[in-house]
Amino acid sequence: MPGARSKVVRSSLAKAPTGIQGLDEVTGGGLPKGRVTLVCGSAGCGKSLFAMEFLVHGAVRYGEPGVCMDFEETEEKLRANVASLGFDLRDLSKRKKLLVDFVAVERNQIAESGEYNLEGLFIRLAHAVKAVKAKRVVLDSIEALFSGLSDSTILRAELRRMFHWLEEHKLTAVVTGEAGEHTLTRHGLEEYIADCVISLDHRVTEQISTRRLRIVKYRVTSHGTDEYPFLIDREGISVVPITSLELAHKASTERVSTGIPALDEMMEGKGFFRGSSVLVSGSSGTGKSSLAASFTKAACVRGETCLYFAFEESPSQILRNMRSVGIDLEPWVKKGVLHFHAMRPTSIGLEAHLAIVHKLIEKFRPKVVVIDPITNLVSASGGSSIKSMLMRLVDFLKVQQITSLFTNLTFSGDPQERAAAAVSSLMDTWIVLRDSKPNGRPRRELYVLKSRGMAHSRDPRELIVSERGMELGKVLRDHTLGTPVAGPGGVKVPE
Amino acid sequence: MKKSSANKRRPAKTRRSDFYILRLYIAGHTPNSIAAIDNLKKICEDKLRGKYRLEVVDLLVKPQLAKGDQIIAIPTLVRRLPPPVKKIIGNLSKTESVIVGLDLQPAR
Repeated sequence: MPGARSKVVRSSLAKAPTGIQGLDEVTGGGLPKGRVTLVCGSAGCGKSLFAMEFLVHGAVRYGEPGVCMDFEETEEKLRANVASLGFDLRDLSKRKKLLVDFVAVERNQIAESGEYNLEGLFIRLAHAVKAVKAKRVVLDSIEALFSGLSDSTILRAELRRMFHWLEEHKLTAVVTGEAGEHTLTRHGLEEYIADCVISLDHRVTEQISTRRLRIVKYRVTSHGTDEYPFLIDREGISVVPITSLELAHKASTERVSTGIPALDEMMEGKGFFRGSSVLVSGSSGTGKSSLAASFTKAACVRGETCLYFAFEESPSQILRNMRSVGIDLEPWVKKGVLHFHAMRPTSIGLEAHLAIVHKLIEKFRPKVVVIDPITNLVSASGGSSIKSMLMRLVDFLKVQQITSLFTNLTFSGDPQERAAAAVSSLMDTWIVLRDSKPNGRPRRELYVLKSRGMAHSRDPRELIVSERGMELGKVLRDHTLGTPVAGPGGVKVPE
Repeated sequence: MKKSSANKRRPAKTRRSDFYILRLYIAGHTPNSIAAIDNLKKICEDKLRGKYRLEVVDLLVKPQLAKGDQIIAIPTLVRRLPPPVKKIIGNLSKTESVIVGLDLQPAR
């Protein structure tokens, strides 16, 4: 992915791509090649799917056949996981791309008498590896061995021997382990894995489900210790590869129209900078979505792919509402230039919504992205992590040179910037819309609060919305917006 | 006909088949595996004289046979007959465990 940000120090460690969307970006190429990676998490966190994706993509995309030693006796689940990735396990086996050995560990039914080792397991693994000339191996999940065999000393020693064996045979392996209460894995396997440990978390709080991936350890590679949200959907796992802010994006000098000629005039006659971020805030009904739609239409007319994320209204509502103000977006939807995506409030968490945004950006490669509104994301009580993810999304868009526009609902009576404080510093342009009633006559006001890098007009103008579209009226001398005051909290607009 | 009526008269515990088919899985003739073979032969001669058949499967020679009986530990002893299948892992040095594990009836 061009311009993908990842904090990777040049390392001598070769990487094996997983093919899991987003993960190869955040790991700088994939998992350590020829080494063992531990993937741990509680039941249902997605570790078996992770392991299968690694194997299936390895076999099908990267020419590396794989072997899975499945200890959980869940043949149906495995078949389903593979099927969810679009493949048939039987077909892959026939084509010698993937081999699964279902290892039954009869729990506590095996009597023990005297010394033993796990050479039988080694032999089965070696036999399978030889049969398909495997380069990748999955052991899913190691915990099952612990419940089946009572001598954990022997088991631990044999596991260490097995990890060694895998490395000696230059196999890239993924081993899954169950999360422990006080340790990363129930049996402390992380102590035996030197090279890479990834933890998957799945939390449900107040019926909102959140999935996070954390790179706990990745030797040699400098990795962000941030958690990355991820999704599990019909196509498998998608990790949102937003890393820490680096603010290293190039600044374009190209300009794009706002869609409203008079507004372009206020911005040196040219409009926004390409790849810049625009925030449009205002109370309810002030024209934010209409402004977003005007901008979108202008981009469509230029032939640029647009992605419009609707967080509150349905796409058909938006289309209808915009038609009433003279902005017809439907032809562009039909042409496939404009894609709407409704973000319905569901039981998936905001991180998941962000993950979807990311995924669709990957898919459609738009030049323009609108998120209408981001209010929920900004004011989320889910903590600063949401805001931080949003900030990184904005940064990501800039790196991709995608011009982005965000609407934000503010409440009259609030200092304008309070609700958007967390993100306003990342916004290059900030347009404030207001309703006022001077002398009893209601009117709408527009004000370009800031716009970096250009000599924009600071005059508040009247905003006129009719079935002809959006126009700017005269400069307002009796405006109530006050002069902006630059302070420690950013630019404040006094009431 | 006579046989079945004869069977009815015999006490319950000897009615079932008392012929044992045992399979010992090893991975090469390592000291531990050799010990297992020796220990097992001793137990069989002692408890099952004439009523058993012992097979030793070397997985280094026939690795594909590990899957069928779900072998992971070496050595593993599998009692294939009489049913149900029973497994014991280890070099079989603890004789009592073997007898209990295989559910051997004392030879009469």
